[in-house]
Amino acid sequence: MAAEPTVTPHAWPGSYGDDAKERVGFFTDTSVCIGCKACEVACKEWNLVPEDGLVWTGESYDNTSELGANTWRHVAFVEQNEPLRLDGDQPDALRWLMSSDVCKHCTHAACLDVCPTGALFRTEYGTVVIQDDVCNGCGYCVPACPFGVIDRREGDGRAFKCTLCYDRLGLDLLPACAKACPTGSISFGPLDEMEAKARARLDRLRGEGVSDARLYGTPDAGGEGVGGTGSIFLLLDRPEVYGLPSEPAAPSRDLAGAWGAAAVAASALVLGVVAAVLGGRRR
Amino acid sequence: MGSNMAENHPVGFQWVMEARERGARVFHVDPRFTRTSAMATDWIGIRAGSDIAFLGGVVNYIVEHERYFEDYVKSYTNAPVIIDESFEDTEDLDGFFSGWDPEQGEYDVRSWQYAGMEVHGAAGQREEGFQPTRGEASGHGGHGGGLEHGEPPEEDETLQHPHCAFQLLKRHFSRYTPELVSETCGCSVEQFLAYCEAICDNSGPDRTGAFCYAVGWTQHTVGVQYIRTAAIIQQLLGNIGRPGGGIMALRGHASIQGSTDIPTLYNILPGYLPMPHTETYGDHDSYMEANTSPTGWWGNFESYWVSLMKAYFGEHATRENDWLFRKLPRIDDDNSAYWTTLQMLDGNVKGYLIAGENPAVGNTHSKLHRLALAKLDWLVVRDVVEIESAAFWYDSPEIESGELKTEEIPTEIFFLPAAAHTEKDGSFTNTQRLLQWHWQATEPKEDARSELWFYFHLGRLIKQRLADSDEPRDELVKALRWEYPTHSQIQEPDAESVLAEISGWEISTGEYLDGYPKLKPDGSTVCGCWIYCGSYKDGVNQPARKKPRWEQSYVAPEWAWSWPANRRMLYNRASADPDGKPWSERKQYVSWDADDRVWSGLDVPDFKEDKPPDYVPPDDAKAEDAIAGVHPFIMQADGRSWLFVPQGLEDGPLPTHYEPHESPFDNPFYAQRANPRRQQFPRPENPYNPVNGQPGSDAFPYVATTYRLTEHHTAGGMSRFVPYLAELQPAMFCEVSPELAAEAGLVHGDWATIYSTRSAIEARVLVTDRIPPVEVQGRKTHQVGLPYHWGSRGLTTGGSANDLSAVVLDPNVHIQEVKAFSVGIRPGRRPRGRALAEFVERVREDANGS
Repeated sequence: MAAEPTVTPHAWPGSYGDDAKERVGFFTDTSVCIGCKACEVACKEWNLVPEDGLVWTGESYDNTSELGANTWRHVAFVEQNEPLRLDGDQPDALRWLMSSDVCKHCTHAACLDVCPTGALFRTEYGTVVIQDDVCNGCGYCVPACPFGVIDRREGDGRAFKCTLCYDRLGLDLLPACAKACPTGSISFGPLDEMEAKARARLDRLRGEGVSDARLYGTPDAGGEGVGGTGSIFLLLDRPEVYGLPSEPAAPSRDLAGAWGAAAVAASALVLGVVAAVLGGRRR
Repeated sequence: MGSNMAENHPVGFQWVMEARERGARVFHVDPRFTRTSAMATDWIGIRAGSDIAFLGGVVNYIVEHERYFEDYVKSYTNAPVIIDESFEDTEDLDGFFSGWDPEQGEYDVRSWQYAGMEVHGAAGQREEGFQPTRGEASGHGGHGGGLEHGEPPEEDETLQHPHCAFQLLKRHFSRYTPELVSETCGCSVEQFLAYCEAICDNSGPDRTGAFCYAVGWTQHTVGVQYIRTAAIIQQLLGNIGRPGGGIMALRGHASIQGSTDIPTLYNILPGYLPMPHTETYGDHDSYMEANTSPTGWWGNFESYWVSLMKAYFGEHATRENDWLFRKLPRIDDDNSAYWTTLQMLDGNVKGYLIAGENPAVGNTHSKLHRLALAKLDWLVVRDVVEIESAAFWYDSPEIESGELKTEEIPTEIFFLPAAAHTEKDGSFTNTQRLLQWHWQATEPKEDARSELWFYFHLGRLIKQRLADSDEPRDELVKALRWEYPTHSQIQEPDAESVLAEISGWEISTGEYLDGYPKLKPDGSTVCGCWIYCGSYKDGVNQPARKKPRWEQSYVAPEWAWSWPANRRMLYNRASADPDGKPWSERKQYVSWDADDRVWSGLDVPDFKEDKPPDYVPPDDAKAEDAIAGVHPFIMQADGRSWLFVPQGLEDGPLPTHYEPHESPFDNPFYAQRANPRRQQFPRPENPYNPVNGQPGSDAFPYVATTYRLTEHHTAGGMSRFVPYLAELQPAMFCEVSPELAAEAGLVHGDWATIYSTRSAIEARVLVTDRIPPVEVQGRKTHQVGLPYHWGSRGLTTGGSANDLSAVVLDPNVHIQEVKAFSVGIRPGRRPRGRALAEFVERVREDANGS
């Protein structure tokens, strides 16, 4: 069980006062994802994100590979020799899992914690956004993210990631990916509604015998280390199967403890040196 | 089946997902496990090219186990009709039907006719006697031939007569046992039977099921017969004309339905009126006679025809000049795209216009197309990017190999930039016959122009130049009615004015017509396409209506406009029983209101509104009045759906399993291996691989199948050049099973060369379990999957899968067989330059059994 994070954000809703909005987020139901990648394309079209390399990977139908500065939605494809449904008992069973990954907009966002310039900030919607005119490209956020979401853009140097379509939210529009998704795999709305929807869906699938179905990104399912996320998933297998970390944790959670430990260590060192000097004086 | 709906219709597929969520069983029967299979409840793998065996097995199951919807079959189909006693089935003639003429290579269909009928092409007697309507000459489907008064004279309502359609059907499919299906298709008997049970359990008064298909069914030398087998199943199960039933053709392009309605096909005019033919229809009266069915809605053919001529030619078309019939261009048999290309190869075509199409990649034997284009004097290509069909003269595998030399190509090419769909007004007509309007979002850049702009101004300029001509051949162009308002700086024609003309008006009053029953044969009405009549009803752009579905019934009649007459489901009288009552509460749709004496319900009834269920046509009844009150299939001469098709098809009244033209197998059903009527073009430039048993066939032991990916669009012009799409699938690849990879020495992620006697291409190797080998006739056969999007140009380039397939076509609609053909495969990249041509040459020599 991960330690309770000791670095608690207070930017939202606290610092917004009356301007604070309901926290919003995604529920991505991978059980209805058809792998069409409309989410990837819609995101790039709206946000003018550059093309991310014409590289054929041979990883099933996934030539995008991972999230990064130039990919803010990434559809994973996992081919398995498993029956489609739990009760399927065909020999040579085949199953093809598809899932659209995205920035988790964590409750305790390590990228935001470590950003020295304040480029990364928490919006009034509870989401995490980079101000690209403030970012100095130091890259501290890159190793901080436990999901490997954020990265610096080659040729530019600054860090880029999913904005949860901050500019669309202000106009009461759905994020581009949710708008484009034809099967409703990606839904968007107030986070507590998304969580309720996710739990209801999980109950239904479990009831139909899909025992592998599970949530990911809630505090009680993979999200403890980041205090829960703003992107809840319903997966049909373990997170690692999809390339997601099973126990992601914000490295910054131990910062206070780390300082404390450093203080203890420094004190011990000082005491040790003093003792050695004093001891040495006897001769 | 025959489709990959999630892959190619992702937005439409959301409704399949919705149905699945509500408990529907979704079967995907396909050679590959695709993105559709991943979402289905059941996937059954079958060999590419074996669908008729599978579906025929289903027909046999339904009949043997008596699972058919008896009342529906007896009352609504031609099951009881007795067929001519001289008819002989494939059972009698080992794979042929009666009437086969080996010299002509075609069928004399006399023995397929209804007993006691003296069938003519249409109405009236002919001096020479029997003149069947043929594929080309009959437009779409033969219109049901000429029946005296809507009722065949000989029927057996008990369905026991040995020559009634039902018994002939039963006998024909008795061979399609579950074991033979398994042997032919490679699926297990259990899987097959589970499928049969499921669809039978889900049919009847309370339940319906639907088929969705696409080119996985049509792109075969027996393509039309694939659809026919599904049609038989749906008729037997009572699934036509009922909500949740039917057979949905998933068209592959946003408006390809529109491109047959307002046709870009050589043999039809708008509304599926046949193009006049040189031989058979030398004069107007013969043409009218041949195409006017004495029964059914085709009985008003003349009204549709004359209204079209008035739309084309305005006051220049008069009764006195037979509405300018004599001046119209004609076809003289098969003038289809492939035939034209072969003519081009022989130097007989001077000029060609390619608009929004890329035959150099998208047509079968695409290499042959590139060679043919290089024989033209001039070529015009309109597209949004410089596609392979426009650039072949300096950028193509043939330039690389030296088979074509730029400086020796005589073709003068005009590449004209086209506006994108966002840069123009217009409509799309989709797979559900739904016309949906779209509006211009931005002006086209620089010289890019819409199709409407191009053809309108081209016509205007040609008319200008010919204004003073006295040449008889110029009369028709001069007579064209060519006034449309234009707007904007570039003088873009008003698209709505074209829609208005297509929908039509009454000339004297200018009043817009509300439906095709208002069309007249006397020249008083204008209508560019009778099935679209009413789409501009009341002067309102009906296709532009956008009432959300949550504000109306599930039929959503106020979203856009559906042809004909905004009817959303065809033949919907079949949703009621012979007495006009719904078959069930659950599946009610349209029914007879005995108080108001009209048909009514959730949709526009596909029946004469006031014709009661007990209506019996008098002997001299004509057109729609000759159809009885119990017969829902009003476009057919006898008002019934056809289990057995007496005329209109080239290759048989009943579907038969034949092997693909190139197959590693003999036909397990009959001695006749492939469709005897398939269109072949044997010539040096179009070689065929040797088939099972022939010398040299060992070189092509694998079954190849071509298909699409979600990320790319058809021949790639709209996706390979777009960064956001190119990066999603940035290389041509082939899909092979681990066993095939091991057998052929292929390495995942590395390269393979795939070859046939046509050409050779290279592709990255994707080893996957999703394209398993099939066990057929005791042999394990491997299949090779080939997406067909790639060509030499764009951000992502690669080999064209269609370079491997040959020109061999279905005889009814001339569609190419690219879903099953034979290939060889070996590891490594292909030879380059001259060595490629030499390699293919060697492949051909070896194949010729040297």
